[in-house]
Amino acid sequence: MLKTTYEADMALYPLPIARWTVAAIAVLFFVVLPLVLHEYYLSIINLVSIACIGALGLNILVGYTGQISVGHGAFMSVGAYTAANFAVRMGAPWPVNLIAGGLMAALVGAIVGIPSLRIKGLYLAIATLAGQLIIEWTINHVTFISGGVQASIEVPRPEIFGFRIASQTEMYFFLLGFVVLAVVGTMNLVRSRIGRAFVAIRDQDIAAEIIGINIFRYKLLAFAISSFYAGITGVLYTYYLGVANYEQFQINVSIDYLAMIIIGGLGSVLGSIFGAIFVTLLPIVIRLSMESFGGYLFSDAAILNIIPNMRLILFGGLIIIFLVAEPEGLNRLWRNIRSYFRVWPFAY
Amino acid sequence: MFDWQFFVLLMSNGILIGLMYSLIALGFVLVYKATDAINFAQGEFVMIAGFVVVAFLFTYHMPLWVSIVAGLVAMVAFGFGLERVVLRKLIGRPIIAVVMATIGLAAVLRGLGPLTWGADTKNLALPISDEPFILGPLFVPPIQILGAAVSLAFLAIFGWFFLKSRKGIAMRAVADSQQVAMAMGINVERYFALAWAMTGVVSALGGVVWGSLLGVDVHLALVGFKVFPVVILGGLDSIPGAILGGLIVGIVENVAAGYIDPYVGGGTKDFAPYVLMIAALMVRPYGIFGKRIIERV
Repeated sequence: MLKTTYEADMALYPLPIARWTVAAIAVLFFVVLPLVLHEYYLSIINLVSIACIGALGLNILVGYTGQISVGHGAFMSVGAYTAANFAVRMGAPWPVNLIAGGLMAALVGAIVGIPSLRIKGLYLAIATLAGQLIIEWTINHVTFISGGVQASIEVPRPEIFGFRIASQTEMYFFLLGFVVLAVVGTMNLVRSRIGRAFVAIRDQDIAAEIIGINIFRYKLLAFAISSFYAGITGVLYTYYLGVANYEQFQINVSIDYLAMIIIGGLGSVLGSIFGAIFVTLLPIVIRLSMESFGGYLFSDAAILNIIPNMRLILFGGLIIIFLVAEPEGLNRLWRNIRSYFRVWPFAY
Repeated sequence: MFDWQFFVLLMSNGILIGLMYSLIALGFVLVYKATDAINFAQGEFVMIAGFVVVAFLFTYHMPLWVSIVAGLVAMVAFGFGLERVVLRKLIGRPIIAVVMATIGLAAVLRGLGPLTWGADTKNLALPISDEPFILGPLFVPPIQILGAAVSLAFLAIFGWFFLKSRKGIAMRAVADSQQVAMAMGINVERYFALAWAMTGVVSALGGVVWGSLLGVDVHLALVGFKVFPVVILGGLDSIPGAILGGLIVGIVENVAAGYIDPYVGGGTKDFAPYVLMIAALMVRPYGIFGKRIIERV
């Protein structure tokens, strides 16, 4: 299909069939799944939804702009604690907390991103790692932020027009709305002027500067937008758990999210979603399979040792395998499968 | 009134611990110098070496020197294998690919160690006494002296290696420009493997020294977090830089912990080096002795 106008090239749905696919997916997620699935499975989907938003945000920074961040866990904690403090100290409603958490995370993210003007690649990775550790320490040691006892703050359940969101099913719809916003927001962002500037910086920063992109501004913007997503993720996770706790946002979380976008596919919206699903489900599948079948092979004590370690090994191993064998991640595998069936039964 | 005795104690402790940090940072610098790869799994290398030595010591009841040699051999083989299977495939790919591959490797090792050898902390006892030397106001545990001595020995060995030996000069050539090195008839891939194997040697001894200081379990890998401030301060590709950076980090974290910890309730040790590092990144990102090539766009 040839595109003859700018409108066609910029369109959100490149093919007419995409409208129908999107409608079918919407029906599946908004109607079929909540009717069919048990609340336990919905709670897992809720975790996936939260991870999706964070992975999309990180992908804007890493996949589209080419800047690395090992500090996204900390940006999430900034969002989480900002929202928790707003909720507890001022009794603010959840939309205010959410936006405040996102904006605060964006601010902190942009500050951590300032070194990206002068340094890149490995130096940036180390600088953001420092950001992660310093933010973690600050939250843990400054009682004004962390609320003192074990650095955790309980937050009230969100309410919409007096309707309290308490059960997992209600939470499911609440979170799904944000996933839709995040997905559409990201798709629109990356096809806009800003998104194209990001891609230009990723592909050749010197060339990007020469064609008139203000690199400093766009790099900071990428950090801010990405951290905004991270902050929102942190706030939503806090509402999901009912408590803000820094232990939920440590360095391993940053690495989990990096793994999501690498396994899913750098620089792709669909890839972020695949990665979020994959990385969130992996420990659950390992736990379930060890609990069901591990008993035949190992003792109970051994299983307790195996589950967390197995997760780490599979997780790290998959990162390496995808980097070496399929750098474009699950998204590429998906495209290969799709194009295979599109022309089936012909080879090409 | 300023307590000089306390200050001197903190300083001496910092110097000795700092030299032990240098030992680990040396492994990082060797790889970066020769291959431009960044090893985010340096702490995990040290941890896994500790596990191997402990396994030979207790599971197979070998004498200590056999265990240490076994640890060395295992880590060298591991370094070779890693370069061959993973890192060679990533040559020419963006820097984030190598960073993520070593982060993934770190996760694998952190799972593999406890999975194979158990999660409990193992005591890696060296045949030296626990009694600290008392020199006036100073208390110095012998293990720290041993660690410092090992680091200084490695500094001397690698200094000689890079300045005088044929292989060392070839490795510097590879580090300088891979293409030119190749044109001069240097087998670049072999030197990459050699660099990783040398990192294996350093990590194995680091594992013995740090393992006997802290005990061998998964938390041993956390020393790896100290590597980054050390190498950024000293310069990523400089061996003297690793030593000097280690000393600075050791002193700063000990002095900061000694004076600030009582007010904030601990944790300054892990925090202060990173603040220092951020400052260094802003002012002098290539470090004290590092090459001044840093791209600014």
